[in-house]
Amino acid sequence: MKIVVCIKRTPDTETKIRLGGDGVSIDPDGVKFIISPYDEFAIEAGLQLKEASGDGEVILLSMGGDGTQETLRQGLAMGADRAILLKGEAGLDGLVTAKALAAELKEMDASLILFGMKGADMDQQQVGPMTATLLGLPCATAASGFELVGETLTCRRGVEGGAEILEMDLPAVVTITKGKFEPRYASLKGIMAAKRKPLEEKDAQGGESRLIVQDLSYPPERPAGRVVGEGPDAAPELVRLLREEAKAL
Amino acid sequence: MGDVLAIVEQREGKIRGVSSEVVSVAARLAQGLGGAAHAILVGGSGVSAGATEMGRFGAEKILVTEDDALRDYHPQGYAQVVTDAVREGGYGAVVFAATAQGKDLAPRVAALLDVPLASDVTDFRVEDGGIVAVRPIFSGKAFASLTFSASPAMLSIRPNVFQAQESAAGGGVEAFNPEGLDPSAWTVRVGEFQPSGGGSKDVAEASMVVTGGRGMKGPENWGLLEELRDALGEDAALGASRAVIDAGWRPHSEQVGQTGKTVAPKLYFALGISGAIQHLAGMRTSQTIVAVNKDRDAPIFQVADYGIVGDLFEVLPRITEEVRKLKAGD
Ligand SMILES: Cc1cc2nc3c(=O)[nH]c(=O)nc-3n(C[C@H](O)[C@H](O)[C@H](O)COP(=O)(O)OP(=O)(O)OC[C@H]3O[C@@H](n4cnc5c(N)ncnc54)[C@H](O)[C@@H]3O)c2cc1C
Ligand SMILES: Nc1ncnc2c1ncn2[C@@H]1O[C@H](COP(=O)(O)O)[C@@H](O)[C@H]1O
Repeated sequence: MKIVVCIKRTPDTETKIRLGGDGVSIDPDGVKFIISPYDEFAIEAGLQLKEASGDGEVILLSMGGDGTQETLRQGLAMGADRAILLKGEAGLDGLVTAKALAAELKEMDASLILFGMKGADMDQQQVGPMTATLLGLPCATAASGFELVGETLTCRRGVEGGAEILEMDLPAVVTITKGKFEPRYASLKGIMAAKRKPLEEKDAQGGESRLIVQDLSYPPERPAGRVVGEGPDAAPELVRLLREEAKAL
Repeated sequence: MGDVLAIVEQREGKIRGVSSEVVSVAARLAQGLGGAAHAILVGGSGVSAGATEMGRFGAEKILVTEDDALRDYHPQGYAQVVTDAVREGGYGAVVFAATAQGKDLAPRVAALLDVPLASDVTDFRVEDGGIVAVRPIFSGKAFASLTFSASPAMLSIRPNVFQAQESAAGGGVEAFNPEGLDPSAWTVRVGEFQPSGGGSKDVAEASMVVTGGRGMKGPENWGLLEELRDALGEDAALGASRAVIDAGWRPHSEQVGQTGKTVAPKLYFALGISGAIQHLAGMRTSQTIVAVNKDRDAPIFQVADYGIVGDLFEVLPRITEEVRKLKAGD
């Protein structure tokens, strides 16, 4: 069974973000990059499936610039078999990324294509279902878990106030959220092995972005917070402020 | 080209509260673009009964597609109907809610129409006849202003951020029956919806959120949070930090933050939560934030509008009592 996991290189969630001098990009200086956390869930899901089926291949696919090789090696260290890098700028227009990924996936003939639910950088939550739509494949998004019986995949996705159950036949696309798949750490052996695993590079074919960044800005400062008081006796004053000042009650 | 289509959401035949925000945003956009706002509602037979309500928020026409194959949200079915409606109406912009359904549907429609999508928008304006959409990036550590060089402009809006606004424009309902709707061609089978039980609001759509962290000490203490939620009323829901979810005290569906839900309620209580950057990612656009923590230096106090330093097992019951008194006086 051929499983492709699409992963993105994103800044570490702890990283402080500084805007670049041009006003439309971030300053990459001192930023630590990681595999987007949701994509680690997807890698874990792929690895578990391969292990359960006893054979098959987990291939990582990423579109990105220089440095993405390092991110792919991290995924290989977790246990994926090989990786493909589509060299190009993955910006805010998720459709550009989806087109680049779909063009490559069309040639790959995978049984299952896994995505993270969202990239921890732009938080768009769109590349997975866009790619599936371009490929004409069935797709479940934001699945916290799934089961494969024969060729039929059953996915569970949490929505407001409950869960939706979706069933589809392979080949299929699933985007993974936190839930059943707790990502493993790379072992030392895994890290060593990753250095020798194949990593193929090609140019991305996604076209031009049509979502144009006018400017980036820092969030508006929240007015300085106020400690209303200490201990339970501060509660009446808090509730009064919530009603009269904040008009929140 | 100045017309704007709002995508109305229903579950089990009931229109969801966020839809009035979506229609209101569409109406404001249409006004800026010099066009009219329309709405579309998709569902099973009988769903049109509640549709006229959307006119109150400025929809001049409400398209309704009634088909029992579309009773529950179906990704492929809904994407086809909405795509057809956008094509036929020649809209200049389309507005979705950034809910579980909207986040699934909008990218599919964007891909079918071959236009980009701005997700989870928190502000917008119309400038030189075009839309500028503002959205948080890097989990709210920065904001991006975006313009579209393709039409229609597609956006999904974050729930609870925009006010629903009543308007006089109220229009009528019109059946929209796209040709070639063929459920046998859909390759996804949607099972029965599984309600989570308890009947309480989901944290992502509540206008008041009571969130507990590791400072709550254990699941047996959640009764204290439930009492505050109940005192606040029907629009309140429970949330939790990841530490709480990872400890198995509460279900995944309640997690707020980077790897949980993003919420923007009117009022957010952070109780026994330190305020890690990944938690802030999910709640920093809330309107009013209240924190209770025994550690005066906890980072949560830097984003909280109001804080109480103290032991929450003493403070929380008093807050609940005060809220009850206030509500009783209303
Ligand atoms: C990739 C990644 C993703 C993550 N995603 C999320 C996410 O989605 N959501 C999330 O929440 N976290 C997330 N985290 C985890 C985050 O970094 C923190 O570990 C987590 O938020 C801490 O939860 P907490 O505040 O409940 O616990 P703690 O940090 O342990 O804080 C407990 C607080 O309770 C206070 N306290 C203790 N006892 C009392 C008392 N009796 N009265 C009053 N106060 C008391 C303490 O002073 C302390 O401030 C993520 C981390 C990573 C690396
Ligand atoms: N440049 C990229 N290369 C490979 N996969 C990507 C890329 N960007 C996004 N993805 C995938 O799409 C998911 C959703 O991303 P997004 O729509 O940006 O939130 C991510 O979790 C990845 O699985």
